[in-house]
Amino acid sequence: MTLLELSGVSVHYGRIKAVSDLAISVNEGEIVTLIGANGAGKSTTMRAISGIRPVSSGSITFQGEDITRLRADLRVVRGISQAPEGRGIFPGMTVLENLDMGAYARKERKNLAAEMDHVFTLFPRLAERRGQMGGTLSGGEQQMLAIGRALMAKPKLLLLDEPSMGLAPQFIQQIFRIITEINREGTTVLLVEQNAQQALSRAHRAYVLETGSITKTGTGKELLADDSIKEAYLGVA
Amino acid sequence: MDDPAGPRPDPHVENELSIHHSSALYLAQDDSVINFDVAGLVDQFWANTVDGLSQGSIYALVALGYTLVYGVLKLINFAHSEVFIYGAYATWFTFYGLGFRPGPTPELAVFELIGFLLLALLAAVLVSGATAVVLERVAYRPLRNRGAPRLVFLITAIGASFVLQQLIFIWRGGNPEQAIRLLRPEPVFEVFGVAITNITIIIVLASILLFFIADTFVNRTRFGRGIRAVAQDPDTATLMGVNKERVIMLTFLIGGLLAGAAALFYMMKIPQGASYQGGFLLGLKAFTAAVLGGIGNLRGALLGGLLLGLMENYGQSLFGGEWRDVVAFVLLIVILMFRPTGILGESLGKARV
Repeated sequence: MTLLELSGVSVHYGRIKAVSDLAISVNEGEIVTLIGANGAGKSTTMRAISGIRPVSSGSITFQGEDITRLRADLRVVRGISQAPEGRGIFPGMTVLENLDMGAYARKERKNLAAEMDHVFTLFPRLAERRGQMGGTLSGGEQQMLAIGRALMAKPKLLLLDEPSMGLAPQFIQQIFRIITEINREGTTVLLVEQNAQQALSRAHRAYVLETGSITKTGTGKELLADDSIKEAYLGVA
Repeated sequence: MDDPAGPRPDPHVENELSIHHSSALYLAQDDSVINFDVAGLVDQFWANTVDGLSQGSIYALVALGYTLVYGVLKLINFAHSEVFIYGAYATWFTFYGLGFRPGPTPELAVFELIGFLLLALLAAVLVSGATAVVLERVAYRPLRNRGAPRLVFLITAIGASFVLQQLIFIWRGGNPEQAIRLLRPEPVFEVFGVAITNITIIIVLASILLFFIADTFVNRTRFGRGIRAVAQDPDTATLMGVNKERVIMLTFLIGGLLAGAAALFYMMKIPQGASYQGGFLLGLKAFTAAVLGGIGNLRGALLGGLLLGLMENYGQSLFGGEWRDVVAFVLLIVILMFRPTGILGESLGKARV
């Protein structure tokens, strides 16, 4: 079943068109990845889906309902949550408070402790750092916190914007492993990445975004084997 | 330092000091504009401290409004001084509406007095709170929706301040409302030979109580956490499901409520204080207090307010009454030279506020 569908979505920054006529769909239970170079419009697409950036044309539907004009904070209530680009950790809040912010939109707050335990199982490092200020964490820890915090909303769709950015290689491996694990537990994931190798090998399906348009789509395996992708994104001549 | 031609204490001046021990030490001639009355400062130290704390509490409560709005919107809401003075008018009209008139202070039973003051508090808090919310709605929200640059907000704030002032001027004219007192200042006990009045006690205790309520609200409640989240990272806060517009409105409301309470205390201390321009200087001082403590930081507003109230009073004794306001702003400049983000540092979040 289709969980998220973008059709004909364009987003402008002033007069400049950042993405144009996007058609993307994400089915329940999938990991879908959106790969592309810097400035291709990946983050803009994410911002349009989460509602931070208004779309200038096209429509976004989530669980069959049109959310194109729905306020961003209400989209979280519907079940879309995001670990944003640059992680967006609240610097003056502790790890616990940051995690609690993730559950801000949740109406039922009974199972919060269980949820937090789950996050701590996924990221034991966060448990050690629970009282520490978000601003003092390392990049890798902040990324874990960003993902953990997004999970606290119990999302139906988890948006991950460049989770590997700026991380040491051993952290990158770990983050992608955990993404797969989160997906196995039943959360649909839309993953934006520059690290095409990792993203494609983890994803069920993928879209390639180039200067604001989708130029290619297929399963992760197909695109990994695609010569032009290899050349452009995987560094294989 | 060991330059023999360097400045030295003037023996003549020292002599003067020892002769007129309690009188002012003039730096220039008798018709000078600035005193250097060290003896006066020492004499009145405790009296100034007590009065400075009560004045400072009022600054602190108003400063919280500046600091909260700044934290969330990065906007200096210059119209906050009018939010405050609207509360002062609400207080005056409540007194008037209860049948009190300018003139001698009435004899009231304690429970009556408490009831009337609480009524005035309620009125002031509601009027100031409503003013702040309407201001946000009418002046700032349309700008936000259009994505106006920061400078436009600032100019709008100054403009809104004038509009609110002139509304009172048109309605009530240029003269301050005549003083109505419900409570005569009476000494309750003495500390270091200084009589502490009932009014001082009420103002200081109630202000500190209100500060702790505001601080707890911001730090311990879900809504408060929303405020801090918007202050630290507005976009990410939205991604957590925080309704930014509601947080902004709430922030203005809290600031307004506190300014309303401050207005009642101000009117208890200075009953003739309801004048259309009466908010201007106090607002500026409260803003100074907020910057002094570290704008965006609640504890900074409290610290800055109290410190400003104290320093102003000490400065007044030392240099003479007409230097009071100069002391306040010079203090600001000096502190900012050494700590550009204020004493406790900026931001609703970073200093763990």
